Amino acid sequence: MSPAFTIQSAGLTKRFGSFIAVDAVSFSVEAGEVFGFLGANGAGKTTAIRMFCGLLEPTSGSGQVAGFDIMKESGRIRTRIGYMSQKFSLYPDLTVRDNLFLFGSIYGIKGELLRSRTDEMVAFLEMSNLLPRVTGTLPWGWQQRLSLACANLHHPPILFLDEPTGSVDPVSRQTFWNFILALSRQGTTIFITTHHMDEAEYCRRISIMVSGRIAAIDTPAQLKKKYAAATLQDAFIRIVQPAAEGTAP
Amino acid sequence: MGDAATATGLGRNFADVVALDNVSLVVPEGKLFGLIGADGAGKSTLLRILVTLIRADRGTARVLGYDVAAEFGAIRRLVGYMPQKFSLYGDLSVRENLLFFAEVFGVAGADRRTRMEQLLHFSRLAEFQHRRAAKLSGGMKQKLALSCCLIHTPRLLLLDEPTTGVDPVSRLEFWQILDDLKKQGITVIVSTPYMDEAVKCDHLLLLHRGAARRQGTPADLLAAYPLDLYKVTSPDGAVGMPPAGTPLPPGVSLMYQAAGELRLAGVVTIPAGTLLGHIRRSLPGAAAIERTKPTIEDLLFYELSDREAP
Repeated sequence: MSPAFTIQSAGLTKRFGSFIAVDAVSFSVEAGEVFGFLGANGAGKTTAIRMFCGLLEPTSGSGQVAGFDIMKESGRIRTRIGYMSQKFSLYPDLTVRDNLFLFGSIYGIKGELLRSRTDEMVAFLEMSNLLPRVTGTLPWGWQQRLSLACANLHHPPILFLDEPTGSVDPVSRQTFWNFILALSRQGTTIFITTHHMDEAEYCRRISIMVSGRIAAIDTPAQLKKKYAAATLQDAFIRIVQPAAEGTAP
Repeated sequence: MGDAATATGLGRNFADVVALDNVSLVVPEGKLFGLIGADGAGKSTLLRILVTLIRADRGTARVLGYDVAAEFGAIRRLVGYMPQKFSLYGDLSVRENLLFFAEVFGVAGADRRTRMEQLLHFSRLAEFQHRRAAKLSGGMKQKLALSCCLIHTPRLLLLDEPTTGVDPVSRLEFWQILDDLKKQGITVIVSTPYMDEAVKCDHLLLLHRGAARRQGTPADLLAAYPLDLYKVTSPDGAVGMPPAGTPLPPGVSLMYQAAGELRLAGVVTIPAGTLLGHIRRSLPGAAAIERTKPTIEDLLFYELSDREAP
């Protein structure tokens, strides 16, 4: 059974003491969609992602990922998602091959399957010749490519990518997006955060989070139209700025 | 006005890797000077040499009139440097972090009081001065780091990707602050992966594989863009890319996506309509084609097109 909506939330809320990090967030992501989860620094994006990945328990509300309840079935969810972030630590002293083997075994892939998945992933990401290289000696953009490979070894139907292209140069970012879009064409749902508004143009839909709430959600074309903005960057600024003034983050 | 920094033939190796290769530059005083290029192009190495944290293997550089090799003590008192990972003390408040850096740089007494009030006001952090640094948002942390670098009133500020991971609204605010600093006569050298920030600089240096490929005002750099450039768009959003292995249309040497558009660059002799016809064979959604002016990002795609795998 494959649900039409693969990520869903209703009234999802997380409080830390008196601070409401995520405030009654309700939305749905379709299976196979590239969904851009945008917002200002400190708007609550990472907190929301951590709840979807089963790493943090919501205070109230509900959510499903890949058809499973984020409160009760987080173990099942974890085998069906891949996760990478800007801060995600590969082991810099290990070779590319050893990092892949390590992350594969963490996801329970072994033996012949692990070898064939590793080969498949490095061929797809055009980094087969880098297998013996020490990870920490690669340029940052290539380390991020390796992170994507590690997150995708177990063929998850959903990939959560939390700022994967921070500090990556424009040319490497474009290559990275070509891979993301190729994965999407193969049916993988992509849930991605970024501060690069040019990247948001490749998302089918984007949401913009402000102070724990979803302030806007639509296709890039519709958002630009609605906010009379030439670029998504202008639309983003129009949505975020009035809310940011007067409220302490 | 003189030059805040000059360098001739700078080079630096790390083991057998040439990180910086024969780089010469002139940074005029009171200007915003931007460093752009791929990851690993040598931007951070160049900044570290100018702030005297590492030595060049080859070449010479002068910062605010002092030699980076012989007179590093003088330079360190006059420059502010914000590395990519600036260490704030998370357990200390905004105010306490500023006090700490004032202590390190020997700023004391009435000077310190005045300077701290100025910086808290100017960075718009005054109302958060008692908040612990760990509790600040990403944009506010970067503003605090910048303020800490300014506590000793440097004449030259060197910033290594200060807005990485910062949202678009906070980036805008950060660059307004840089503009204010410029108005106060402070020279700023800043590296950035954001091309919308690069165009705000007075001068740019484009580094590639450790070498200076282009140097000049953004307008100079764009005027020297050598190719014909077209953009292909679709009313429904991102156009997409032709599948891997699709041959490039006649005359086109570069094809890439930028903000949802498909960009074609090359020495094109066929009419635009024919060019669009070629693209539509593999991308039926491509609706319109138009000759367009290059951006700094287009220049970067051109300069980096000979990049190999590491």
